[in-house]
Amino acid sequence: METLFALCIGFLTACGVFLMLRGRTFPVVVGLTMLSYAVNLFIFASGRLNLKGAVVLGTSDSYADPLPQALVLTAIVIGFAMTAFLVILAIRARADLGNDHVDGSMPAPRHAKRERTK
Amino acid sequence: MNVLWILLLPMLGTLVPLLLAKQSRSRNAWGTAAAPALALAILLSTTQSVFSGEVLLQQWQWIPLLGLDLTLRLDGLAYLFSLLILAIGLLIILYARYYLSEQDSMPRFYSFLMLFMTAMLGIVLSGNILQIWLFWELTSISSFLLISFWWHKSEARRGARMALTITGGGGLCLLAAFLLLGNIAGSYQLADILEQGALIQQHSLYPLLLVLFLLGCFTKSAQFPFHFWLPNAMAAPTPVSAYLHSATMVKAGIFLLARFYPALSGTELWFLLVSLTGLTTLLVGAYLALFKHDLKGLLAYSTISHLGLITLLFGLNAPLAAVAGVFHIINHATFKASLFMAAGIIDHESGSRDMRRLNGLWQFMPITATLMMVAAAAMAGVPLLNGFLSKEMFFAETLQQHLLGALSWIIPLLATVAAIFSVAYSLRLIHDVFFNGQPKGLTKTPHEPPRYMRLPVEVLVLLCILVGIAPAMLVGGLLNSAAAAVLAGNLPEYSLAIWHGFNLPLLMSAIALAGGVLMYVKRKQLFDFQSALPGVDTLNIFEQLMKQLTRGAEKLYNWIDNGSLQRYMALLLTAFVILAGLPLIQMDALGGGRAEIPIDAVNATGAAMLLISAFATVVWHRKRVVALLMISVVGLMVSIAFTRFSAPDLALTQLSVEVVTIILLMLALFFLPHKTPKQSEPSKVVRDLGLASLVGIIVGSLSYAIMTRPFTTISDFFIANAKTGGGGTNVVNVILVDFRGFDTLGEIAVLGIAALGIFKLLTRIPVFKPSSDGEGRPWARERHPLLLATVAQSILPLALMVSIYIFFRGHNLPGGGFIAGLITAVAIILLYISQGVDWVKARMNIEYQRVVAVGLLIAFMTGLASWLFGRPYLTSWFDYFQLPLFGEIELASAIAFDLGVYVTVVGATLLILASLGKMTTSYRPTHKEQL
Repeated sequence: METLFALCIGFLTACGVFLMLRGRTFPVVVGLTMLSYAVNLFIFASGRLNLKGAVVLGTSDSYADPLPQALVLTAIVIGFAMTAFLVILAIRARADLGNDHVDGSMPAPRHAKRERTK
Repeated sequence: MNVLWILLLPMLGTLVPLLLAKQSRSRNAWGTAAAPALALAILLSTTQSVFSGEVLLQQWQWIPLLGLDLTLRLDGLAYLFSLLILAIGLLIILYARYYLSEQDSMPRFYSFLMLFMTAMLGIVLSGNILQIWLFWELTSISSFLLISFWWHKSEARRGARMALTITGGGGLCLLAAFLLLGNIAGSYQLADILEQGALIQQHSLYPLLLVLFLLGCFTKSAQFPFHFWLPNAMAAPTPVSAYLHSATMVKAGIFLLARFYPALSGTELWFLLVSLTGLTTLLVGAYLALFKHDLKGLLAYSTISHLGLITLLFGLNAPLAAVAGVFHIINHATFKASLFMAAGIIDHESGSRDMRRLNGLWQFMPITATLMMVAAAAMAGVPLLNGFLSKEMFFAETLQQHLLGALSWIIPLLATVAAIFSVAYSLRLIHDVFFNGQPKGLTKTPHEPPRYMRLPVEVLVLLCILVGIAPAMLVGGLLNSAAAAVLAGNLPEYSLAIWHGFNLPLLMSAIALAGGVLMYVKRKQLFDFQSALPGVDTLNIFEQLMKQLTRGAEKLYNWIDNGSLQRYMALLLTAFVILAGLPLIQMDALGGGRAEIPIDAVNATGAAMLLISAFATVVWHRKRVVALLMISVVGLMVSIAFTRFSAPDLALTQLSVEVVTIILLMLALFFLPHKTPKQSEPSKVVRDLGLASLVGIIVGSLSYAIMTRPFTTISDFFIANAKTGGGGTNVVNVILVDFRGFDTLGEIAVLGIAALGIFKLLTRIPVFKPSSDGEGRPWARERHPLLLATVAQSILPLALMVSIYIFFRGHNLPGGGFIAGLITAVAIILLYISQGVDWVKARMNIEYQRVVAVGLLIAFMTGLASWLFGRPYLTSWFDYFQLPLFGEIELASAIAFDLGVYVTVVGATLLILASLGKMTTSYRPTHKEQL
């Protein structure tokens, strides 16, 4: 199971990173969301996987490690705030600059863009 | 307390001229002089104890753990410098009163001057080397302000910039040296360091430390090859030149040489670096001074030369030489400051500083001429004046050293050559200005200055004569105590007599005087030779260099910061791959031997769905809506994974955040293009794929390596104490609201800040509202479907009830403020979606930024409440009560804290989503809306 779990984390990371390397705002936001899934799972897994661990006192002898869970819980919420901020920043940038590039290229007229892709 | 006031009074004095700005010029000057005069009186009151060898030490602790204290230390050396700084400073204040014209802002000048005085006193009185450095930098800054006092002149601005660049750069070297020094000695206290000389000199980093230290000293004291800033700093008003650039600031470097003499001197390296630099500076300065036509230029180069002389003395590694160095510091300060002030008088009263035009001034200003002649004679080393005595000692010391082996005789020879030049330029100063025909083309008729403008010069010149005649009586005690401080108490026998009999130093003096006169008489040939040499405009060369440096930095900066997020990401991720990849390669085996859980069908299916949906997100990322749907599947699978692996709290949180995130991204897509055009070149895609795979491989491997290793956790403490200490059985929640409550407070604060930031970003946004979707299809006409509206409305009370339930059970069972808040937010958002902003606004007109504030306040106040009971911040409390009907219930302060979390989460989530949602309606936030 650990192998599979690590595979999932690695794959999510790779997908997230690839999307974050795109040149427009929206894929970057999606990539960041994906990466935060991976990171949350990574931190969570540092408490080791536990299929039937107890989370509430007195229900079992084997407890799931509560510390990474507490860390990840706030990480999820903060991650949401960050994603939200980023996406609003993207909207604002598009409104002010007229485009949604993050690759450092200046806003260019349509035909110029086509030339660039060649 | 005394020593502190010596420093504090001038510091307070910085404000006096500004407060007296409306008063007359004289009152302003008197007011400014009051503070340093008082400080001088305090200093003089310590004379007895300092001369008896006592070190006055005062210390106030600031951050004792870091060794940062305010330490003041007054010993002989500090006393000598403080005396020079305060006494000459007072004379300068008087002089500047008459020097500055009506157009110059006198309060500004005095204020800068007092700032400088404070900084300089700070250097000499500090007993902590970091503190020394702080004041050291302050002198660079105040010197910059003073040089550029006439900021409308380009040469003043350029000269100031150059001085700041050179001395500031040296200051950075000095900081590095001080940090090394502190590290080696194990203390930043001066007293400790001065006792560790042997340890420091044997340390392997001593050469580096010494070079950095000397770079700091030499830049400040204008030693070759950093001397060029000093002549360019002559664009400053003359009182500044007299004070900073001859008597005090340029001596700061020398002061440090003297201050750290016990700790750093005595080695071969010290001798080579210090004495050879000093010798070169002595010669270069003396030679160049002769050819300057500008009165202040000549004095500037002569200052450089004399600073070189003092440096050379400190470099000779001989106790007597150090005594001579200290003596020359005193003498040079008196005769050079008076010469500068006299030059300023000439400039002021005749309108020129050019020695080719200034001739025959004797007939116009005989008194000033006499004063200047005496001072110049002191500079040349004429007997019966103070300059002669220290020069004599200097000659004797150059003869005593044997440091260059068989070639040691070169040093006295070169010293005599420099002295010949020194006599020649002193002679030129007098002859050219006061005799040598008539003035040419002066704009005004020269005349004697106001009585009190000449007074400071008179005082200093009188000192030159008195010290020259009765040295032991006047400065014997001062010199003794200062030299004793430099030499750490091992004061050698020496005599300050005027006459030592016929000896070699006297012969050298005689040769210097005769040679100097001869050289001046034959100056025509020398001037012809010098004018045939190509001129060097240091200022322009320096500025060209600076420009090139700036351009190079700009280029580098533009290469790194080219505005492309992709570039930054690629650099950052490459660094990550290298830093995290290398240790992984060095590991023997990835697995740690912990038994793996067998894979069952459910887990395998879940993993497969996760992988497929993540892959689909990437493949379809150009179709943004599809990508969004795919990533929501990923999020769902993640929350299921949390359920599966015993983390119900996380699953609940992830689930509700997932909903909110997807709604947010959907809303965002309304304002953003719906498709990503294909733009990346194939090579770039390959590069990104490679980089992404590498990062993925490393993160996955790391995770595997962690998961397969046995571990111990600090969580056992939380599990053991959750019930007894925190009063709850849900350990995760107890950690959040109790054990690590302070972290949580910080986190909800971040949440609130992000929400407020978003609110602000959306204010007055020139938004583009598309009338159709990406495919060109118009939006559905029915804006709020009835079915959804009905369901949403009836769900609301149920959802609120669920969230209240989740909230209250959170302390003992999965749930809590975060999750409850998200559920409430989702329910309200559903209302927004189904009924529209107008409908909600009519029924629930709440400003969510206030909700966020209230939530944060509740959490914050809960923490404060524990102070009422004399406990540390956020200490929790709980107890059990019996209530009729309900039975036993628990009341805990953590519940109140969790309530703060709940309210903040609701407020922040709704602020984010509602603000964005409102963008499509007439409720767009503008600046008018209350913030």
